[in-house]
Amino acid sequence: MEIQVRFFASVREKLRRSEATCTVADGATVRDLLDHLCREYPALEVVRKSLSIAVNREYVDPSHVLADGDEVALIPPVSGGLDVRDR
Amino acid sequence: MYEIVEHAIDAHAVAAAVADPTAGAIVTFIGTTRDHNDGRRVTLLEYEAYPEMAVAELRKIGETVQQRWPITKVAIVHRIGVVPIAEASVVIAVSSGHRRAAFEACHFAIDRLKEVVPIWKKEHFEGGEVWIGSQTGERFG
Repeated sequence: MEIQVRFFASVREKLRRSEATCTVADGATVRDLLDHLCREYPALEVVRKSLSIAVNREYVDPSHVLADGDEVALIPPVSGGLDVRDR
Repeated sequence: MYEIVEHAIDAHAVAAAVADPTAGAIVTFIGTTRDHNDGRRVTLLEYEAYPEMAVAELRKIGETVQQRWPITKVAIVHRIGVVPIAEASVVIAVSSGHRRAAFEACHFAIDRLKEVVPIWKKEHFEGGEVWIGSQTGERFG
């Protein structure tokens, strides 16, 4: 499956790019995609735990199963405070 | 009205957007660029958004507010790009029949915005810059 990935703010600067296209296996989860991205961009590993993830503009858990053509956004901490993954 | 804009926000226009014959109160919140933070002299703030998702999240905040309080209308406008000192980065307006609900709802809306809306703030200060909220705490310069 092809997944469109978007990077923002501190992550975009760290990777020096705002988007990427990744190919992952059918049935891959968000966690699998992050594993893939961390192999491709080792600099991501340091901030991985701080990221929230959105698929097609909705926050999801790492166990969310991806579909071909999904848009996945890596969301660094937003300017306020609370961790959206704890909602 | 839920918008991400790249120009100065007209706060009066945001408040006017929630005016309603049944409203007895309009409360507005204006977030502005402060010239200092954490002992640093701030020169400007720079905002970046995931615009499509940010607008959707702003709309959700408005819907939540309207479910929780007897609120008539909600408007939220956030500016991105460079926001100079003393200028507004965000304006929220809510109207309600009575002031208490309008105050509470507006307070909730700005707190929620800062928790969930994918908008990031980079502080430029004398001697460097930093993404606020970034847990890696990287500083350049």
